Amino acid sequence: MSSVFGVPLPAILGQLTLGLVNGSFYALLSLGLAVIFGLLGIVNFAHGAFYMLGAFAAYIGLQTFGVNYWWALLLAPLVVGLLGVLIERLFLRHLYRLDPLYGLLLTFGVALIFEGIMRDQFGASGKSYPVPPLLRGVFDLGFMVLPIYRAWVVVASLAVCAMTWFLIERTRLGARLRAATENARLVQAFGINVPLMVMGTYGGGVALAALAGVLAAPVVQVSPLMGSSLVIVVFAVVVIGGMGSIVGAIVSGLVLGLIEGLTKVVYPEASNIVVFVIMALVLMWRPAGLFGREQ
Amino acid sequence: MKIGSLRAALAALCSVLSWQACAAGDPVVIGDIDDLSGVYADAQGQGGIEAINMAIADFGGMVLGRKIVLLTADHQNKPDIGATKFREWADQSGLNLALGGSNTGVNIAMSKVAAAKKVPLIVIGAGGSSLTGADCTPYSIHYVYDTTSLANGTASTIIKAGGKSWFFLTADYAFGTQLQDSATRVVTANGGKVLGSVRVPLGATDFSSFLLQAQSSGAQVLGLANAGTDFSNSLKGADEFGITKTMKPAALLAFISDIHSLTLQTAQGLYLTTSFYWDLNDETRAFGKRFFAKMKREPTMDHAGAYSATLQYLKAVKAAGSTDSDKVMAELKKAKLNDLFVKNGYVRADGLMVHTMYVMQVKTPAESKYPWDYYKVIRVMTGEEAYGSQPDPACSFAKQ
Repeated sequence: MSSVFGVPLPAILGQLTLGLVNGSFYALLSLGLAVIFGLLGIVNFAHGAFYMLGAFAAYIGLQTFGVNYWWALLLAPLVVGLLGVLIERLFLRHLYRLDPLYGLLLTFGVALIFEGIMRDQFGASGKSYPVPPLLRGVFDLGFMVLPIYRAWVVVASLAVCAMTWFLIERTRLGARLRAATENARLVQAFGINVPLMVMGTYGGGVALAALAGVLAAPVVQVSPLMGSSLVIVVFAVVVIGGMGSIVGAIVSGLVLGLIEGLTKVVYPEASNIVVFVIMALVLMWRPAGLFGREQ
Repeated sequence: MKIGSLRAALAALCSVLSWQACAAGDPVVIGDIDDLSGVYADAQGQGGIEAINMAIADFGGMVLGRKIVLLTADHQNKPDIGATKFREWADQSGLNLALGGSNTGVNIAMSKVAAAKKVPLIVIGAGGSSLTGADCTPYSIHYVYDTTSLANGTASTIIKAGGKSWFFLTADYAFGTQLQDSATRVVTANGGKVLGSVRVPLGATDFSSFLLQAQSSGAQVLGLANAGTDFSNSLKGADEFGITKTMKPAALLAFISDIHSLTLQTAQGLYLTTSFYWDLNDETRAFGKRFFAKMKREPTMDHAGAYSATLQYLKAVKAAGSTDSDKVMAELKKAKLNDLFVKNGYVRADGLMVHTMYVMQVKTPAESKYPWDYYKVIRVMTGEEAYGSQPDPACSFAKQ
């Protein structure tokens, strides 16, 4: 059997496929973070908590209201996004003129509060969310079996990433958003409601996190701490891609998923630090990240 | 008159100063140091505090005419926090007994404090058998379960059912590696083989890569040497990737709270080892009912163990007529322990509490007739079968 560095080829292909699945999650989560940071300058530490709330919204929807998976994909981001809007209105709004550190501290506090509430309500070991009937079963790829659901995750998140990129980089609304980040007062002078756009952007970024949460609900235990372990990795992904760069977030999310997948075969113990090692190296070589612009 | 006012002044001073200053009015202080907010919070956590309070209430709230006080702290799964809190209470709050919650790493750190401060530590929720082996102290007792008994239960049952070749998915810290070592000993001693293992960082977000490695090893049994959400997520992944069709998963440590959150649909057929199940007999059911009324869930073995450990400690204090650590430890090591959790248990010279363990199989959804009806008893192991009757040779002071 052919092998690379003593690891059989089918194993490598399998790990690369799984890396792609995990990379899609990273891409989707880091995309929301990048949008929020790029356009608002907020370091949104509550991103992991919104991801967790998205998963719980799907779980509660199913258990209490009989809302199925497909509706949850639509409704959970909407509900959690509205929560984000509320937080922006009530709290974040007052911090825009201050050092970004204040936003970081506020969102970190918000994350702790949400995690505490959910732990109190649902316990630390979390809840199980079933895979939707339509996506049960596996594809046999020859070198591995891939659950249909995981393939769906890749397709869905890449589609959402592409749509978000298109919305921000190629539409009139996106152009206004980008202009508002460059010079808010000037854009406002043209009669554009900048505060409303900012609020919508935060809500949109939060909704992306919640969507990732719904996508993750059937594959991981829906638990209050599911976001806090992920958010640090996702931050590293954003930093590697270049803070605020949309393309950077998507590309580095996918690539780091793949690299992490390979690490899990070669030296599993290092799989949770490899992303940070890469982050350190990238920052030494390009302080603004791979796709970031030097200020 | 003068004496009266002196006494009043002393009493006032006593209430202002720390506890130690006034021996007669000292409360008996029990400290619970546990993961109250992290991945293991459901195994013991708040429920453990409730169980300890139940034991204190059942004992009458007083011992030797002194009030019993419970202190609690969240160690956040950090050994330094657990050890510091223990030391602080021992120095400043007159701590008489520490109860160690989940996490072997934290409990190893706390056992060093127990030895230094000569304050008894009863370990409830942690599993590493080194706590009464290489890390033993004259002041530690390991109470509910350990990695040796889990392996003796689950691993030997699965091997006898034909699962000869194993692959381990191991949590990469003291507990996981000790559990894997214990299970490996049982597997090889029974003519089985370990084909490989992979060490997974604690709290990993995705287990599918590791599961794929397990599958390609061709082993018959997937040994899960992890706990909490790590365990739930690896079992969920195994189910999703169809690995459970070719490999038999072995839960080396699973609590009823894990099974509840996984649901029977995913967990059915699983073998596991436990020292307590709420539905064993009338006594356990009565405790389950009381616990459920407060916590809205059935107790885990850690909850029942925390109740029992508190009760047995208080009994020992009463029998010794003192809270002196050496006298109470001597009392605990010579007593036969009996309550709803333990029958004729005893503390071995190295500090291990030898008691009955049960090998359970998780019921199918069809077999489960009422809420929390999750286990059927496969095998009842005597304390000696589960833990061995001889002290661990690695424990220095227990050597004969």
